[in-house]
Amino acid sequence: MSGIILNVVVQGVLTGLVYGLMALGLSVIFGIVRVVNFAHGEFAVIAMYAAFVLFRNFGLDPVAAMLPVAAVFFGVGYLLQSALINPFVGRAEHEQFILLVGLGMVIVNGLLMIFGPDARPVNLSYGLDSYEIGPLLIDKARLLAAAAAVVVAAILFGFFRLTALGTAIRACADNLIGAAVVGLDVKRLYALSFGIGLACVGAAGALMVTIADARPALAQAFTLQAFVIVIVGGLGSMSGALVGGVLIGVSEALAGFFFEPSMKSMFSFALLVVVLVLRPQGLMGRRA
Amino acid sequence: MPNPRSARPNRRGVLAGAAAVSAILAAPAVVRAQASALKIAVLLPRSGYLAPSGQSCHRGALIAPQVLAHYGYRVELVHIDTESSVDVARTQAERAINEGAKCIVGAFDSAGTLAMAQVCEQRQVPLVVNIAGAPQLTEQGLKYLVRNFPTGGQLVVNGLKLIKDVLAATKLAPKSAVFIHANDTFGTAQRAAMDRLFPAAGMPFQLVDSIAYDPTAQDLSVEVTKIRARSPELVLVVTRAADAIKLVRDMVRQRFEPQAVISPGSPGLYDEEFYQALGPLADYHVYNLPWADPKAPMSQALEAAFKAAHPNFRFAVDCFNVGFTVEALLVAAAAFKRAGTADGAPLMQAIRATDIADHVMIGPAIRFDDKGQNPGIPSACVQSRNRTPTVVLPAEAATMTPVLPQPSWQGRS
Amino acid sequence: MRALWRDTALWRDMPVRGRLLAGLLLVLLLAAPLFADRYLLSILILIFYFAYVGQAWNLMMGLAGQLSLGHALHVGLGAYVAAMLWVYFGIGPWLGVIPAIGVAALVGAAIAWLGCRFSIEGVYFALLTIAFAEFTRIAFDHFGAAGGAGGFFVPYQAQRLGEWWNLRGGQWLFYYVGLALATGAVVLTAWLKGSRLGYQWRALREDQQAARALGIDILAAKMKAATISSAMTAVGGVFYAFYYDSLFPAQVFGIGRSIELILAPIVGGLGTIFGPVVGAFILTPLGELLTAALEKLGVNAPGAKALFYGLTLMSIIFVRPDGVWPWLARACGLTGRRSGASP
Repeated sequence: MSGIILNVVVQGVLTGLVYGLMALGLSVIFGIVRVVNFAHGEFAVIAMYAAFVLFRNFGLDPVAAMLPVAAVFFGVGYLLQSALINPFVGRAEHEQFILLVGLGMVIVNGLLMIFGPDARPVNLSYGLDSYEIGPLLIDKARLLAAAAAVVVAAILFGFFRLTALGTAIRACADNLIGAAVVGLDVKRLYALSFGIGLACVGAAGALMVTIADARPALAQAFTLQAFVIVIVGGLGSMSGALVGGVLIGVSEALAGFFFEPSMKSMFSFALLVVVLVLRPQGLMGRRA
Repeated sequence: MPNPRSARPNRRGVLAGAAAVSAILAAPAVVRAQASALKIAVLLPRSGYLAPSGQSCHRGALIAPQVLAHYGYRVELVHIDTESSVDVARTQAERAINEGAKCIVGAFDSAGTLAMAQVCEQRQVPLVVNIAGAPQLTEQGLKYLVRNFPTGGQLVVNGLKLIKDVLAATKLAPKSAVFIHANDTFGTAQRAAMDRLFPAAGMPFQLVDSIAYDPTAQDLSVEVTKIRARSPELVLVVTRAADAIKLVRDMVRQRFEPQAVISPGSPGLYDEEFYQALGPLADYHVYNLPWADPKAPMSQALEAAFKAAHPNFRFAVDCFNVGFTVEALLVAAAAFKRAGTADGAPLMQAIRATDIADHVMIGPAIRFDDKGQNPGIPSACVQSRNRTPTVVLPAEAATMTPVLPQPSWQGRS
Repeated sequence: MRALWRDTALWRDMPVRGRLLAGLLLVLLLAAPLFADRYLLSILILIFYFAYVGQAWNLMMGLAGQLSLGHALHVGLGAYVAAMLWVYFGIGPWLGVIPAIGVAALVGAAIAWLGCRFSIEGVYFALLTIAFAEFTRIAFDHFGAAGGAGGFFVPYQAQRLGEWWNLRGGQWLFYYVGLALATGAVVLTAWLKGSRLGYQWRALREDQQAARALGIDILAAKMKAATISSAMTAVGGVFYAFYYDSLFPAQVFGIGRSIELILAPIVGGLGTIFGPVVGAFILTPLGELLTAALEKLGVNAPGAKALFYGLTLMSIIFVRPDGVWPWLARACGLTGRRSGASP
């Protein structure tokens, strides 16, 4: 029995890491640009379809497809922020909300019209392999995706901590007026941050397709989950997003195992309420 | 897209024409109605979360006019998307009737169907339900609703019996089973039926656990772990296509090899996306459902028309949705012909008196009881072989014999 | 950066012309069933419903500044309570609406209390409301007595069709009940805005610190906003339950519904008296027009309508971020005499 439970925990950790990467993108966008990206899940689903198309037409493994997809998404994010989102930065949340809900509708239904409603699978040659280590049965695809998620997060972490550009972006997040006073080009940095955030989403979406099949209907669930993880883990904290993802992944897995699996999301939402009430900065965020 | 209504000249058409002429001579008052076609509004969820099923039904609706024309029935169809929303279903039903629809067929999801049913009841326009699972639809005393689709309870009763039959036919003797179902309308209805019917069904195995999973979950690895923790030999599933893919994948990864994966009465194990995602791993799953009768002439005509109109889709995969949709239109069209009028009350009366022997799905003639429910729709035992749904029981309709236990996941081609 | 709220006017500031127009609209709507067809009436019923719940949400957001993205929670609670009382105990909605309001008000107040007591603001508060709505949705999916995911049905019962106090009836009944609700909501909003409580809300929406310094009890004001808003929304839920006669947790509590009901007030004009009504009159017909237009053009692509709908939302919020009504009011000269703002 303990072997089974260990399996459940490990599954939760691996899945949680990939969800955490998706939440990471939201953390960057929300934490730095202060835009409530309610179209977050929709972008992730676009990335899933992009990886699916690259796999179907060029045989590109999604883990490798992560790079071109993330690059394209960076560009898209940069342009999107400059053209569409910038006028809404600093405006009331409900206005951002409507803009992004509208954008989300356009994306989901566009995908529905192009690809149809059925699930689009990426059938990797190793997609059904698993490693057996003692009582553990670990999926190869999930393990690879989780490892890639950690690598991307580490790169991002390094960027924000160690480079001048990263530090400048963090300065914007911490103190907007101060940053402007110091001479930082805030608009350009915002666009860069949005680009980076969306690149994260792109990478996460490409990895997601090794675990789930691309479908337009996934978008809303992804958005909600990303928000839950970001709040629980802590806004503006890279490690917080991953830790939050793992926490949500494991707690949902355990809740699903010991209680009824159809109830497992209840625990995430209950956890969200508890975090909001008791520790609103999240597990690893700093008090504003 | 509207299909040409003209019947091609053949013996049936001539006979039907002769019948029409004599009817005209016998009842001059209804000449105008008889000569025209019945305008039917087909409301289906072609976008929104039910899109895959709605679009599948829609493929059937598109070819129905030409197939029905062969049999001397003339219909004019209006295709409307309910967008998987109750609000839209209700307002669009009103609009359709405003624009001259004399009958409504739909709507796959029970909430939308009930919303439409109220409109139809108030406006005295018949509603023929092609597919909708909630048992309550025919328990409301609605006079203008009939349903040519089994209730969740009927599906489970028939499904359980067929499970016994297929186990006997393959000489399989599993000792335990786990029942896993999506926690949505359909899954909940079947779970309720299972809870009620299984204990008295006299099955040769024990049901050791019933698991409900969240249909919006992206990952079912924990659920599969729960199943395999009980080491059942049989897994009974009620799922949708996307979930079925995840279930099987995780069973393979977790190296869990049941003797059989059987659905007591739900689709999901044979959708095109299921086959494409799993390839050879999609074979040998069994599902007990009403099915198109491969030996019925109307079914064969339907298959031919489907092939011509939808070359990118397979009839074998769509025949459940397509068959029921065409049958609903058949019920309406045949009643129109018998009643000689499209007026609500007489048309509804004719629909309730339906007795059609030559139809698409396996089973006896289409008839409705006084609640408007068709109580006599049997299920067939269908198994995926070579990535194609194949009827294996009952023997009269079967094209292959069932093969169980299923071979190992590994090494399949 | 704090959002800049545009000032909105009170009913008594509205010029006579505007009040006459409002009265004329009301008369037209009262007489509509005599000359409009059933399709148009069914759309109007939807408009009234969305205007009503939009107005309820507007009280909390537009007047008191609290963003709730889980308002479907209150619709659902009201709907299920009234429906279950009717089916299990025979208590009609005319009476059942009271416990329905009670339950929703309690929950709304609890959420507001949590928000205020623990300083959960803005987007965080919005996520709190989403969490409660989703939690309740999944809970109801497993709540056997309420039908669970299989749905809860209010029986049709043809023999009881004349009982208007039990909301059993034809289209005209629901039309007039819907109209009464929407009108009542507008009147209530107008009255609240001009009341002391309304001024307190405006103060705390503009600058919470200053309001507190003035001695306004922030907690009380916020809780009153949430309670009134939830209570009103629950009545909309009761209407919904008896109009559609079926309740499914995923459809009633779903976040899609929460989003849907806030579109009208935001597009119409937040914080204004007529904003949600204008918004509902724009958005609901917009959907139907798009469907009809696509059909005429022969476009058979499911999803096309929703795509254009999304584009329209984006355009509206880009071009008129304060909503359509303030601009429309200015264009028609219906703005407040003193403030130049729209009521």
